[in-house]
Amino acid sequence: MKATSNADLWLAVKIGLIGGIVVVAIALEGMIQAFSPRDIVGGVITMGQTLLLVTLLATAYIAVSRGESHQPMRALVNGAAAGVVVNCLLVVLIWLGAFLPLGAMFLNATPQLYDLLTLGLGPLTGTLFLLIAGLVVGAIAALIYLLPPQVRRAVLIALTTVLLMGVLQDLVTVTLSNFDAFTPITKFLYAQNGLSIAGALTILIAVGVASYLWSQKSAQVQARIDRLPPTRQRALRWTSILISIAILLLLPKILGLYLSEVLDNVGLYLLMGLGLNIVVGFAGLLDLGYVAFFAIGAYTVGVLTSPELGRAIITDSWWLALPFAVIVAVLAGVLLGIPVLRMRGDYLAIVTLGFGEIIRILVGSDFLRHWLGGSQGVLLIAKPEVGPIKIINPPEFYYLFLGGCLLVIFISMRVKNSRLGRAWMAMREDEDVAQAMGIELVATKLMAFGLGASFGGLSGAIFASKLGSVYPHSFNFLVSVNVLSLIIIGGMGSIPGVIVGALALVGLPELLREFAEFRYLFYGAALVVMMLTRPEGLVPEARRRIELEEFREEGGESPPGADAPVLKPAGQP
Amino acid sequence: MLRRLSERINATDVVMFLIGGSILALVLVGSVATLTSGKYSAAQWFDLIVFGVALGGIYALIALGYTMVYGILRMINFAHSEVFMSGPFTAYFLADAWGRSGFLDENPVVCLLAIFVLAMAISLIVAVLLERIAYRPLRFAPRLVPLITAIGASFFLQYFFRGLYGPNIKPYPEIAALKPYLRFGDFRIQYVQILVIVAAALMMAGLQLIVQRTRVGKAMRAVAEDKQTAALMGIDVDSIIVLTFVIGGALAGAAGVLYALMFRQVSFIMGFIPGIKAFTAAVLGGIGNIPGAMVGGLFLGVIESLGPSLFLDGLGIPAPQQLKDAIAFTLLVLVLIFRPSGILGEKLAEKKA
Repeated sequence: MKATSNADLWLAVKIGLIGGIVVVAIALEGMIQAFSPRDIVGGVITMGQTLLLVTLLATAYIAVSRGESHQPMRALVNGAAAGVVVNCLLVVLIWLGAFLPLGAMFLNATPQLYDLLTLGLGPLTGTLFLLIAGLVVGAIAALIYLLPPQVRRAVLIALTTVLLMGVLQDLVTVTLSNFDAFTPITKFLYAQNGLSIAGALTILIAVGVASYLWSQKSAQVQARIDRLPPTRQRALRWTSILISIAILLLLPKILGLYLSEVLDNVGLYLLMGLGLNIVVGFAGLLDLGYVAFFAIGAYTVGVLTSPELGRAIITDSWWLALPFAVIVAVLAGVLLGIPVLRMRGDYLAIVTLGFGEIIRILVGSDFLRHWLGGSQGVLLIAKPEVGPIKIINPPEFYYLFLGGCLLVIFISMRVKNSRLGRAWMAMREDEDVAQAMGIELVATKLMAFGLGASFGGLSGAIFASKLGSVYPHSFNFLVSVNVLSLIIIGGMGSIPGVIVGALALVGLPELLREFAEFRYLFYGAALVVMMLTRPEGLVPEARRRIELEEFREEGGESPPGADAPVLKPAGQP
Repeated sequence: MLRRLSERINATDVVMFLIGGSILALVLVGSVATLTSGKYSAAQWFDLIVFGVALGGIYALIALGYTMVYGILRMINFAHSEVFMSGPFTAYFLADAWGRSGFLDENPVVCLLAIFVLAMAISLIVAVLLERIAYRPLRFAPRLVPLITAIGASFFLQYFFRGLYGPNIKPYPEIAALKPYLRFGDFRIQYVQILVIVAAALMMAGLQLIVQRTRVGKAMRAVAEDKQTAALMGIDVDSIIVLTFVIGGALAGAAGVLYALMFRQVSFIMGFIPGIKAFTAAVLGGIGNIPGAMVGGLFLGVIESLGPSLFLDGLGIPAPQQLKDAIAFTLLVLVLIFRPSGILGEKLAEKKA
């Protein structure tokens, strides 16, 4: 007994150390300074402090939940220990900073940071405060862990909701400000900066109670829906579909100009994501140069409709240029696809990356300046017109993106369950077996590249006309990584997954302006964490999850040191 | 007869050979045009070649990291370019402080050694952490999973160091002792380039010694050949893999310092392009093949340095230096298409491609 409890304490200290390193890294990355101007609860806690607090809570919670003994006293001690260790590392940072010129090396190790960490109490009092805070917060984490599961769930959901309402205050207030009826509610919930204290408490209690009750009653509600006659059920489903379509159509009106812009970006990446999803998700061909097709679509529209390049305009109608953009992108997809037909896995990834870079370099060079405008890009690209309406502003472009996305989602869904889609999935699982089953690999792969490229081309065409100009530096490798991240985090091969991925990875960072700077840091970490813990993605596709589970089971059984990937035939995804 | 022939040749082959042939023809035409025009003097060509060899040495050092990891884990360590960046970027602060205080110019040898040691240590730590945290848990996962992890890790590290040290390009201090030129007749070599070439050659020779002559090297070769059998022979596979990352990381850190000394700047993004090029070099020499990586690196460095002047200029392309990177990438694509086993060739690579 004694041995396990000591081991638990040691484990808690170790987890605390890891958490502490994470917290120090967060501090040195400058996140705390970046998030400090905004309050979660006005005058009480800033976003920067919340970040520290959440990391601390999470670390202590993990430390407690990993422990083996289940005595409440032990859990409290372990949680408190982990909390203290986390803050100890912060204290070390502060004292190092007090004596060494850390700022010369670490951009963010400024006195301002130390002030923020110690709440301006100075190093001595600050140290004491941090240690006590670590102790208390660690114990609170342990208490949360000790709550009965249903209550714990309700508490965590309530806390998360308050956090989200605070973080997304701009979104909520701007949206609500479009409707006069909501003004008193907004006034009550939000202070000048962040939530008001009363608002935060109200949300906390209301959501906590609601989610607790829901956890008791949800089964009954579901059972009642199941007991409805089939016609009623169908009616229910159709009503919900109709309501969501109505909401989609009204979104720009509800959200206003800035948020429509955000939605446009989500749409842009959603289009690309669905295209790459065909190549990577369905067919299992990892393409790192997807930005090339986006660029080709954008430049085709640019070159066809811009009067800037010193020659007669070929057409001034965006709609006329659009099919060409798509066709050129498809041709490029097939052309780039031919040489890489025989490659698999990582070589394919590198070659496509090379293609993407070659296209970007060529487009920006003086060599093709006469045709493509070189580094100055192409300006004055035509805007689309629908009848008498010219599409210029973000809310108008929203409908263009919505139309494009719905079309592309429809195509994706139909293709996925077609003969071709099944051929892709067979190829993804095992190319050699697929070939043996009579799948024509060349045609199947080229179809994937071509169809994937066409969505990219469409996306590029809309992008070009939305901006009115294209520059080579808009088409760098980061775009490919963005798109790849969103389909992987959403769930490869899963269409709802791509939508969730686009909303989470493109939409959220734009709602949180302070976050934009840490976007790629977060993407990178998210990719790694996702692959380590949930490689099938947030909204996994059924087939793919089974594939990964098979592998995981096999992997678990292999003896340590065995070389599973090499023993298997090459080309397994 | 004809039918037999048409059965053996398929359409993809024809398309691929057309692409390859036309590129080769363009290169030849361009080279002949430049050489007959006499636009560049012999001394200029010599400059370009020396620069290419130095650059190639750096690529070779980075390529060794890719090739060794690929040889053992069968994965592209995409984050190796960030291992390359992290060392010299951290050591910059040491170099800069000493450069300001004048200590650097008084004791260049001591300082350079310290900078190398620091950079190699940091790169090594990053490489080992990478293996421990990101790659080890995924050793049995399907191949796409570790590759995506590596891409994620690469981005995470890039932006982590950006947040840590700032987004600006930082100027590496110039070392006075390395500035002068060694001259003979019309030809000249800058001391920095001599240092780069000699250091790269020494490190490669050292690695070759370790791999071919020591017990550990033998264990590494055994693990690369067959992990299961190696484990049965009593080799601790895990620690050999860690050792691979240690060596690869240290070489990348050293390469990073050489790169910083040559181009005199560091930034968080500095690893991306050299990383891809070094990977090209590794593929060029046959991935998994250590001498191949060295040959591939030198070849790529020289081609990249000569290419724009040699064949692009001859084709009448304006500002050919802008297309320098495109040459390297085209070479990568061509090699992977036509000879995925590389120049020195290894059967295994062909199987994997």
